[in-house]
Amino acid sequence: MLGLLVRRLAFTIPMLVVVSFCVFSLIVLVPGDPAVSLAGENPDPEQIAAVRERLGLNDPFLLQFWHWFTGVLRGDLGQSLFSSQSVAGAVFARLPATLSLALLSLTVALVLGVAVGVLAAMRPGTWVDRVATFAASLGVAVPYFWVGMILVLLFAINLTIFPAVGYTPLHENPLQWFLHLFLPATALGLAPAAVIARQTRAGMTGVLREDYVRTATAKGLPPARVVGKHALKNAAIPVVTAFGLEASRLIGGTVVIEQLFALPGLGSLAYTSVFARDFPMVQGVLLVVAALVLLINLLVDLSYGYFNPRIRQS
Amino acid sequence: MTTTADTTAALARTAPVAPTRPGFWRRFRDNRPAFVALVVLALLVAASLAAPLIAPYSPEAIDVPRRLSLSTPDHWLGTDSLGRDTLSRLLYAGRVSLLAAATAVAIATVIGVPLGLLAGYVGGKPDWVLGRIGDVLMTFPAIILAIAIIAAMGPGLQTAMIALGIVYAPRLFRVARAATLQVRAETYVEASISIGTPAWKIIPRRVLPNVASPVLVQVSVMLAAALLAEAALSLLGLGVIPPTASWGVMLGSGFKEIRSTPLLVFWPGVAIALATLAFNLIGDGLRDALGRRTRKADS
Amino acid sequence: MSAPTATTTLLAVDDLRVEFATDHGWSTVVAGTSFSVGEREIVGLVGESGSGKTVTGLSVLGLLPRGVGRVASGSVTLGDRDLLGLSERELRSVRGNEVAMVFQEPMTSLNPAFRVGDQIAEAVRLHRGVSRRAARDRAVEVLDLVGIPHARRRADEYPHEFSGGMRQRAMIAMAVSCEPRLLIADEPTTALDVTIQAQVLELLAGMQQELGMSVLLVTHDLGVVAEVCERVVVMYAGQVVEQTDAVELFDHPRHPYTEGLLAAMPQLGSRGQRLSSIPGRTPEPWGMPQGCRFAPRCGYAVDACGEPPPLVTARSGHLSRCHRHDELTLRGAR
Repeated sequence: MLGLLVRRLAFTIPMLVVVSFCVFSLIVLVPGDPAVSLAGENPDPEQIAAVRERLGLNDPFLLQFWHWFTGVLRGDLGQSLFSSQSVAGAVFARLPATLSLALLSLTVALVLGVAVGVLAAMRPGTWVDRVATFAASLGVAVPYFWVGMILVLLFAINLTIFPAVGYTPLHENPLQWFLHLFLPATALGLAPAAVIARQTRAGMTGVLREDYVRTATAKGLPPARVVGKHALKNAAIPVVTAFGLEASRLIGGTVVIEQLFALPGLGSLAYTSVFARDFPMVQGVLLVVAALVLLINLLVDLSYGYFNPRIRQS
Repeated sequence: MTTTADTTAALARTAPVAPTRPGFWRRFRDNRPAFVALVVLALLVAASLAAPLIAPYSPEAIDVPRRLSLSTPDHWLGTDSLGRDTLSRLLYAGRVSLLAAATAVAIATVIGVPLGLLAGYVGGKPDWVLGRIGDVLMTFPAIILAIAIIAAMGPGLQTAMIALGIVYAPRLFRVARAATLQVRAETYVEASISIGTPAWKIIPRRVLPNVASPVLVQVSVMLAAALLAEAALSLLGLGVIPPTASWGVMLGSGFKEIRSTPLLVFWPGVAIALATLAFNLIGDGLRDALGRRTRKADS
Repeated sequence: MSAPTATTTLLAVDDLRVEFATDHGWSTVVAGTSFSVGEREIVGLVGESGSGKTVTGLSVLGLLPRGVGRVASGSVTLGDRDLLGLSERELRSVRGNEVAMVFQEPMTSLNPAFRVGDQIAEAVRLHRGVSRRAARDRAVEVLDLVGIPHARRRADEYPHEFSGGMRQRAMIAMAVSCEPRLLIADEPTTALDVTIQAQVLELLAGMQQELGMSVLLVTHDLGVVAEVCERVVVMYAGQVVEQTDAVELFDHPRHPYTEGLLAAMPQLGSRGQRLSSIPGRTPEPWGMPQGCRFAPRCGYAVDACGEPPPLVTARSGHLSRCHRHDELTLRGAR
């Protein structure tokens, strides 16, 4: 397992460096002189010069990157252009809401998706299977932000069970935390749940016909153990692969969902920063999001080793 | 030696030129969900194209006294906060949304497929470099990367489409590259290469037809994703900018009135879901109809 | 109905009828099969593929694939309990505990995702309710018992690190881990190399001696039967066609099908002789002949064979389902 970890890290760490470089290079995409567009309405030359100095734009590009990157390694992501906040401070203040939302929706996706997929696979061709397959097709297609709106309409406006907007940190009030996140997490989790359900059904249908599943039954194990332990572990690899891809997409979706539900997360920080053209902030958010995705991919890769012992040893 | 060359040449001549088996259309038509999806999509496209002819009102005709009305004989699907007719806006918005999705995917195809062919065919360093660039781009969630590009270039429909095109290009690159690698390993292609047929002849005649089907499947599925992404960006105000209507714009402005007039978010959502479902089902149908081609290059 | 045995009966299968879902509706694949296995006895259940022998074995433990196969009638008695009448929960306490199974494919019968030792320990913990540690010790013990060297270390390995023969040993270890009263071995040697086959058979026989269990050995190979079985039940097209003790069967078969099987058996020291095979093939469940099911392939068939023959006692302890069992003098093993 250690070997696998080292091998995957040997891939992930260079990736992080390259990704950092790309994130930093974004500023090159800005048409014209970035300092001019950053200095605000009708800037005078002094303001522009000040911006240039502040951003270190007078240095050669690679040197600029080096300054920024070494800062990143020290945990310094730079300063916001428009407020006195440090980027790192702003990002870490917003991280808990986004992580809470992402983890909760991924839980919804995994639990719901695997459960529906397993049920469908255990009764192929029956009405259970057909309903599940239909629901999965629908779940993949229906826009998550629309689902969010409909959920707000049903459960926050008509039924007032859940709050429509806002956020309470976990450590302040776990119940309120959960209530505030329930609707957004469900909205965000349904589409990945549908993808995972499809993948689980496909994998389990094959695995349930395997000889070792019959062996497990012949040992006297109850069906829940046969299916949930012996079959599921063998069907897991395509499922976690789908989970990894969906997790990346889901993190993207937090931008929209945080906006709809007024959650103070990274997504809404990115949103406001983009409109304000606060580049250091945008770069900081991008970097953290990319690191998050790389971390998820790393965990998914490591999980292959858990699910398939051959991968661990090769 | 001449005999070997002759056989390989003969092999190359008898190789299948186009991958389309007879009966592709029949197999697709027999897949009922895919066929229904195609009909639904055709209707959506037709309705959007015919919007100027069939829409009862101009999409921008403001009628404040009748704002936020529910379904009435005059306004079948009601009106929005400025009294604009929802049905008319929905039809015109369809043009914008569908065209935006198509443009984004077209950009992705133009970038991704040729590079995929190149990487798969040439291999070596170009393949490695392109592959790593793809890896890096794929590290960012699509919508976040699109937002970052929009952050640099400024909001607007065109920027949004270019951004989405760039974001989706690596996906098509991977599909095209994988298919190319597979075709390149086929006996009849290796034979062609070994007798010195230049790449500019082999790629369009032998490789492209085989790469086309996986790319087509991916394009169909990607259209669904692009439609969703366009809607999300427009909803956030980063894509289509009002007063132009797209389904995403309608959702965004409708959400502000959700407490009084929930119907306003209902219809554009249904339109997006319908189109997305159609693209996905068509993709599934294409995959089933095109998949598992028997390659009998040797016989 | 069942043949008299020297010992007390452990397993009694009586008039078992099994149906499978086919394109032609529910088809009978096992039609009124009866036989028994005595305490500490090794019984061979022999037939070609499609004879219903494997299905019979699976029926004993209720392992027919759900929605595909079902027991239509009959009874399966273990000791004094009717297994077919048990609830799912009661049946689970029998599986792997009182009755264990070894399957044909050692390469695919072990779960590739779990350690071999853990897979054995799982059964022990389930049925014995012992601690994790004790179950593990037991797993190592049985792995050692079936002749796996360095059992403690190999218990921590995964199935892909085991060879085919080793895997079948591990399967046997799993089967005997809870000291079952009956072991059903379904073609346990078919997928193995010839040299390994003999070792595994020897192991099965050894285990039977050591643990005092009964064995129902399901096989198509009369050579395997000759090696270890005391009594033989021959099945053809879902029916028992002959049943007697092994020596008698090899010397004086009383059914033309058995004669055919014996003639098809390769023999050591008879190199160069042509092996005969029975012409034709087993009928499909939905196309069974009206009379004797073997008649279309039988060289001795007469008009009377158009009527279904009953299973009758040909000699003391020797049952045959042939109209002509008295008239024919069939060739035994050469």
